[in-house]
Amino acid sequence: MGFLKIYRQKAWLLGTALGFAFLGLGAARGQLEIVWKKAVMICLECIGIG
Amino acid sequence: MGETMRKNLRLKVQIFYTILTNGYVYGFLNGKIYQGNLKYACVPGLNCYSCPGAVGSCPIGALQAVLNQRSVQIPFGVLGFLFVFGSILGRFVCGWLCPFGLVQDLLHGIPLFQKRKRLPFHSVLKYGKYMVLIFLVCIGSAFLFGGFAKVPAFCKYLCPSGTLFGALPLLTGNKLLRSQAGGLFFWKLGILLVLLTLSVKIYRPFCQYLCPLGAVYGWFNRFSLVQIHWEEEQCISCHACEDACPAGLSLKEISRSSECIRCGRCIRVCPAECLHFRK
Repeated sequence: MGFLKIYRQKAWLLGTALGFAFLGLGAARGQLEIVWKKAVMICLECIGIG
Repeated sequence: MGETMRKNLRLKVQIFYTILTNGYVYGFLNGKIYQGNLKYACVPGLNCYSCPGAVGSCPIGALQAVLNQRSVQIPFGVLGFLFVFGSILGRFVCGWLCPFGLVQDLLHGIPLFQKRKRLPFHSVLKYGKYMVLIFLVCIGSAFLFGGFAKVPAFCKYLCPSGTLFGALPLLTGNKLLRSQAGGLFFWKLGILLVLLTLSVKIYRPFCQYLCPLGAVYGWFNRFSLVQIHWEEEQCISCHACEDACPAGLSLKEISRSSECIRCGRCIRVCPAECLHFRK
């Protein structure tokens, strides 16, 4: 029970660490570049034209 | 902290955050959007990157942009942002840091109609947001709807935030875009108007039933750093928190439920002060 309680209390740390690892992996694969390229052009679909 | 100050704190944070992440005034004045490096990063809330003032990227739009690529790939970068925001804040993002949530909150404050917390068939309809996440955001963007060209299906067919913060200001300030608005725009405008009207009566209908970002952050609610804690031994079982909860959650569901947006109303009304934000 004690272990489970500590695990639940610290799970956010694991999730955050995993998040930063994913971010690094995504950046290395050029995915942030894809996001930037999409975000700096007017998204015609988003505004109901495309 | 004074009672009035505490009551308005969330509203102040929501307004400040909305202005901070949509502060590119030049875009509003000229019908253009920000094109700087800040858009490499996602903001936590549903904030259309085609809003003229937006200085960051919308996580759902970004997720679809990666899924729209010709080669199918796991969107690690966007998942990274979602894991970091979700693990630390959970649906606190929805309650405090989402511009479209702020709009719904303001509309719900209009003293018109008898207010309701939920729609009929809530227990079924609440799964709508998971359907939107799976079918429109993930499967829709990666495989369907576009024929040979993949499209961001959620942004294109549903997102009311894109219509309100992206389409309306851009079409107002850009004559060329305005001349191209057709059936799709009016479809999205219709969805926006229905949701805004519903918001006056029902508490945050888009967040409760349709928002894919809420579905993602809801998953993190159980273990996120920001939690609402209940000191059971101090509780006098008055149920004031349950009456005040805008999402209609029971005391045991508050905070850990995927529907809790950490608005903090339960904390404010508790006479025994047995509910509080804490790690």
